[in-house]
Amino acid sequence: MAPVPPADPSPSPLSAAKLPAPKPPWWRDRRVVPWVVQAVVGLLVLLLIAFLLGNLIRNLTAAGLLLSWRWLQQPAGFDISESVIPFNAQLPYWRALAAGLVNTIRAVLVGLVGATLLGTLVGMASFSHNGLLRRLARVYVEVVRNIPLLLQLVFWYFVVFLTLPNGLAAIQLPGVVLAKSGLYVAGLGEGLRWMGPTLVNGVWQAPLRLSVEFGALLTGLIVYSGAFIAEVVRGGIAAVPKGQWEAASSLGLSWFATLRRIVLPQSLRVIVPGLNTQYISLAKNSSLAVAVGYTDLYSVAETTLNQTGRAVEVILVLLAAYLTLDLLISALMNGLNHLVQIRER
Amino acid sequence: MLWNRTRSLGASLLAAGLLAGCAGDDGGVQSQKLSTITGRGKLVCGVEGKLPGFSFVGPDGKYLGLDVDVCKAVAAAVLGDPAKVEYRDLNSSERFAALASGEVDLLSRNTTMTLSRDAAGGNGLSFAPTTFYDGQGVLVPVASGIKDLKGLAGKPICVESGTTTELNLADRMREQNIPYTPLKFQTSDQTFAAYLGDRCVAVTSDRSQLAGKRTSFPKPDAHTLLPVVMSKEPLTPATTNGDPAWADAVRWIVYGLMQAEESGITQANVDAKLAEAKANTNQADLRRFLGVEGDFGKQLGLPPDFVVKAVKAVGNYGEIFDRNVGPASALKLDRGLNRQWKDGGLIYSPPFR
Repeated sequence: MAPVPPADPSPSPLSAAKLPAPKPPWWRDRRVVPWVVQAVVGLLVLLLIAFLLGNLIRNLTAAGLLLSWRWLQQPAGFDISESVIPFNAQLPYWRALAAGLVNTIRAVLVGLVGATLLGTLVGMASFSHNGLLRRLARVYVEVVRNIPLLLQLVFWYFVVFLTLPNGLAAIQLPGVVLAKSGLYVAGLGEGLRWMGPTLVNGVWQAPLRLSVEFGALLTGLIVYSGAFIAEVVRGGIAAVPKGQWEAASSLGLSWFATLRRIVLPQSLRVIVPGLNTQYISLAKNSSLAVAVGYTDLYSVAETTLNQTGRAVEVILVLLAAYLTLDLLISALMNGLNHLVQIRER
Repeated sequence: MLWNRTRSLGASLLAAGLLAGCAGDDGGVQSQKLSTITGRGKLVCGVEGKLPGFSFVGPDGKYLGLDVDVCKAVAAAVLGDPAKVEYRDLNSSERFAALASGEVDLLSRNTTMTLSRDAAGGNGLSFAPTTFYDGQGVLVPVASGIKDLKGLAGKPICVESGTTTELNLADRMREQNIPYTPLKFQTSDQTFAAYLGDRCVAVTSDRSQLAGKRTSFPKPDAHTLLPVVMSKEPLTPATTNGDPAWADAVRWIVYGLMQAEESGITQANVDAKLAEAKANTNQADLRRFLGVEGDFGKQLGLPPDFVVKAVKAVGNYGEIFDRNVGPASALKLDRGLNRQWKDGGLIYSPPFR
């Protein structure tokens, strides 16, 4: 509102007269200009999108490949080595993609938990009074984060896991067998009877099974992301003022209790945003699973792309799936961020 | 491998964006691809790159193999020089995207011709004549004692993802109701590494590929091909549907290699035959075939003597086969179905007329 004196005798004509004399032209009006600028930029973006989409559709039509989703209903015709949801070759492509997605989510969830635990422990260890432990933590971080993840995955799979013994020579503990084909654990089998791992026709079988492919992928993801998370945690702990440590120690709290009760809770608000980035990377990195023979979403999509020739559609499905997954992780972490931020005074 | 993977994604994205690049490609009589290749001065050929006998890098750093010789023949026919080829190693998942996006001009990469790959509503490829009739086989360690598919029940089998092999395996096992675990890898290197690492009791692929790969195993004799042939695998060079004139040119260059064998024209005697054709006006067939008479080359957008150039570069089909996968090679494969039709095989060139 313009500063109109309250005692003014004739308000209605005056309010117009007292405003900066001639109304400014619209291109200098602060209420109009931002809208115009936004509209122009928005229009340009829309035009660009329309141009790209138009080009895509025109050329796809020319190549006889106009976007179509009917293939999703056709039988896939290929098998999947491990799937949480039931799958066989007669089921349609969308079921295969769903099975792949579930496998991806499974790897990502377990990977997130594992990497967080490992990263937190290593991050804490870098503040230990034990010099050896501190240096070990540094060496781990520096070695792991400077080697490409794909190389590490190939190393875990071909060098570590595939050199495990097979068949009868497998490592056998009561109720647990670790063989080249995977980890087998006793559990409730058919008819709710307790069953241990058994060797049938040269192949181990057990109620609970973890394939080496899954194992190699998980190990790779956890070890790799763990190193980055350790750095995030280290940064968070370092951000807590030294006085907090000194105050805690003057109260007689042990090193671990200080970290657990005083320092870590305060460092969370620095750690969580950084953690978000690492979680998202981990979810995206899981698509390297195909290098170690684990049937994740990317692997299924690749086979699907080849069988159907619907490159654009399959890539769109992939983009949408990874985007959704990452946005979900991001949303959860932002929620967590709010929780830890509230305590700030 | 990271590189491979990046390229695979890149190729797929290219395929997605393909479209942006080559707008305004509306055919006409002249082939856009042919003028692109002549303008560029080299042919970009997609090959497997690590498959002995078909396409691999020899000790001197040069590409060798049956698929590579097809690239060389096409380069010789189009550009007059078999060395003017740029090879791109493609894995089976990225090959079609690379071709569709125009990253490679020609795919000569032990690729099986199938309906869905050919059809405009499928992958939309255009296939040249089949250069190797193959079938899917299974390689197992001799020590495993496995004799047939039933012996693989419940066992893990290594297979390259994105291949017809993967589907045939699923079909054959389903037919016979044999449970199995397919372990899929993106490249043939990973597939065979997992097999040699004993993760799978068997690896399945085209029989020629298994025979080729076996030659590079530490102990080739410790592995044996099961007698079962699980499928028909006509391995065929391919171009895209987008440029019929280019597809025709490739088709007839390959037929030229086959016809040359049938007509008894070899790398060694092609010059003599050409002189003979020029001297003797009565030999109409030979004169047309070698481009002394008629305008076959022009009709295809190629030089008139394209057959002479191709044969001079790599020899006729029989010579290519013998040198790369036949008796003169480490693979020592029998001609089998790949004999000339006169000898009971399937190699048959339509008339050059």
